[in-house]
Amino acid sequence: MTDNLQLNAEGKLKHFLTIDGLSKNLLTEILDTAESFAGMSEQQVKKVPLLRGKTIVNLFFENSTRTRTTFELAATRLSADVINMNIATSATSKGESLLDTIRNLEAMFVDMFVVRHALSGAAHFIAQQTAPHISVINAGDGQHAHPTQAMLDMFTIRQLKPDFSSLRVAIIGDILHSRVARSEIQALNTLGAAEVRVIAPKTLLPAHVESLGVTVSHNLTEGLKDIDVVMMLRLQKERMSSALLPSESEYFKCFGLTEEKLRIAKSDAIVMHPGPINRGVEIDSKVADGPQSVILKQVSNGIAVRMAIMAMAMQTPPATGRSSGIHTIPGNRHSDSLPASDIHTIPGDRHAGSLPAGDIHTIPGDKAGAA
Amino acid sequence: MKLRIEHGRIIDPVNNIDRVGSVYIEDGKIVSVVDEPLNFKADTVINAENQIVCPGFIDLSTRLRDMGHSRKATFKSEVIAAAAAGVTAMCLQPDTVPVSDTPAVVELIKELAEKSDYPQIYAIGALTQKLEGMELSSMLSLKQAGCIAVGNANQPVRNLLILRRAMEYAASHDLLLMFRPNDFDLGNNGCAHEGAVATRYGLPSIPEAAETIALAQCLELVELTGCRVHFGQLSCKRSVIKIHQAKKYGLKVSADVAIHQLHLTENDMKPFDSAYHVLPPLRTEQDMQYLRYGLAGGTLNSICSDHQPHDLDAKLGAFPETEPGMSSLETLLPLMLNLVTKHAITLEQGIASLSANPARVLRLDSGALTPGFSADVCIFDPELEWQINSENWKSQGVNTPFWGQTLKGRVTHTLQAGKIIHRL
Repeated sequence: MTDNLQLNAEGKLKHFLTIDGLSKNLLTEILDTAESFAGMSEQQVKKVPLLRGKTIVNLFFENSTRTRTTFELAATRLSADVINMNIATSATSKGESLLDTIRNLEAMFVDMFVVRHALSGAAHFIAQQTAPHISVINAGDGQHAHPTQAMLDMFTIRQLKPDFSSLRVAIIGDILHSRVARSEIQALNTLGAAEVRVIAPKTLLPAHVESLGVTVSHNLTEGLKDIDVVMMLRLQKERMSSALLPSESEYFKCFGLTEEKLRIAKSDAIVMHPGPINRGVEIDSKVADGPQSVILKQVSNGIAVRMAIMAMAMQTPPATGRSSGIHTIPGNRHSDSLPASDIHTIPGDRHAGSLPAGDIHTIPGDKAGAA
Repeated sequence: MKLRIEHGRIIDPVNNIDRVGSVYIEDGKIVSVVDEPLNFKADTVINAENQIVCPGFIDLSTRLRDMGHSRKATFKSEVIAAAAAGVTAMCLQPDTVPVSDTPAVVELIKELAEKSDYPQIYAIGALTQKLEGMELSSMLSLKQAGCIAVGNANQPVRNLLILRRAMEYAASHDLLLMFRPNDFDLGNNGCAHEGAVATRYGLPSIPEAAETIALAQCLELVELTGCRVHFGQLSCKRSVIKIHQAKKYGLKVSADVAIHQLHLTENDMKPFDSAYHVLPPLRTEQDMQYLRYGLAGGTLNSICSDHQPHDLDAKLGAFPETEPGMSSLETLLPLMLNLVTKHAITLEQGIASLSANPARVLRLDSGALTPGFSADVCIFDPELEWQINSENWKSQGVNTPFWGQTLKGRVTHTLQAGKIIHRL
């Protein structure tokens, strides 16, 4: 079962709702595109005009600081106009339905929705219902998916450990309620990781978790053996009141990542966390701030990866044949970091040129026709 | 008024009839099958050549909405759908708006049924007041007002002492309890089967145990209280096994399955397509197979439609927030016939599970073409293919996952008490 809903007739990204059903080539293309944006943040002028004239609505039905901010920054750096809507305190609390909210915003001629919602499937629903020219990016829906988080994590991993096929990755914590975990597992498996291992008590694992393509451990000490990448998940406080766990302290004792436990993993293992972290609950401060932690790198990378996904989704030509914009970015990505074989996986009209990253702000990139 | 249905293949499981011939109807009652009565001069003749003539279908679980839910459907819209489905009698779940927990609401239902020219709508009275599972309803008054049984629809009776008392009280008045086993807490506000599909899509899930534990508890209370219980809309293998064991042990219980549970599994769910949102949820291939075995072996004696028409808005939203249920009266016959085609059951079993067996559950003098019985008859063409589209579909609820599909088997005539209420 593929989610063709995400792709247009030419197989290019139209919506970004879930990793499920996307090809390795497409995920690699996202990572490569992100790389072309990654150097930008350190430049004086942090903007490219790729999405000039486009309107992006950050539609957050659930509170979020980090994800919303990085989406906003990403959109701004692509020169789009951004509207932030915090629906958690707005329309739907007045009884307006999800669909009515969408219809109203459509009437304001927006081009993209970035959606976060507390219910699984909300982003799919919006993508199905919205006007055909609008792209939908899932910024987290219920317990289903958080695909941009997964992609920025893949990006971070690839920077440090470029060969996915040799990687053993452990995801630790509340897999059951985690949209991040589902998307990470799918992305890692699609990119060909050697092993994805989930480590959690049974109360925090979904039924038939093996069907996601993971191995399972209930013991952190055993589970960390041979691990290259340690991904910690945030533990929500309400898990205690719903009888999934006895106490934070017992959780930390069993599943909290300490320096001592981290030593069980490979010596060059990296530690990741989607944030916000609960120090002393799932992770010890010494690890979170320690040399193996890449947690802040993940945050920085979030901007480039989200820029890549937004640019790719927005410039996907519709069936009527609007010209694709992505190839108009002269490739300022670091061509040396890219395996040569990947060039062939990129749709052929892309210029694989290699200008230095610093030149990006001088390049007129906004070739895409109006929607 | 005399009516003859001729040249049809008459299948009447109760009377062990399966042959081509005529059915003779006079003054709303069956007078004879095959043998022509003396001096019978029909006013109306129905030619049922190449068609099957069988008892009208009796549906053990429907919702017709109306009253507080008339935006979803009305008696008027749904009785047309029922007639087109060959259904001549329906049991109405008590979760109407307002709840069927007082004689006044039951009277209102009867009145709406009469006004819709479809008298055979049987209200199931609420087991507990407002279905809250806290206080007993006035069951005797409900029975006197015409309730055919009592039940708590999809609502839980969380306190087993209250359930015990309710069952004892129902038993005192010889009332049938129609019970859908569901442990509310284990269900945990889920919307999909706890399995690989819910895990993949991150949907809050319901384990089989939510059903089987409630079923096991109720079976224990059947033994304790002597209450007559019919279990409705079972969804999993272990429920079938439990009913089988209980019957073998000697408990007087019966059970049904909703038609879609015999055809669809979690794997059929298109991603986040709310048309597949039903309760109990669609479960695994193995569960579906066991439900079929249960039907073939007689452990489950009836098929119900579990008809739940909805307005469009109810199904527009993120999957977990959409309302559960399918509009399923009109797919009842073609889907049953599909089970026969697949050799899961025989045609006779299929017809019995829609007529004779539900009649027995409800202790009705119907579900058979026995002389003297009300002439509730369904005539269908088992080979006729038809597409589910707005032209053919009668129910106000278009919430069916079979929309657009072409199914085989269509009702051509439906007679209720000798009156033709549907003609294709």
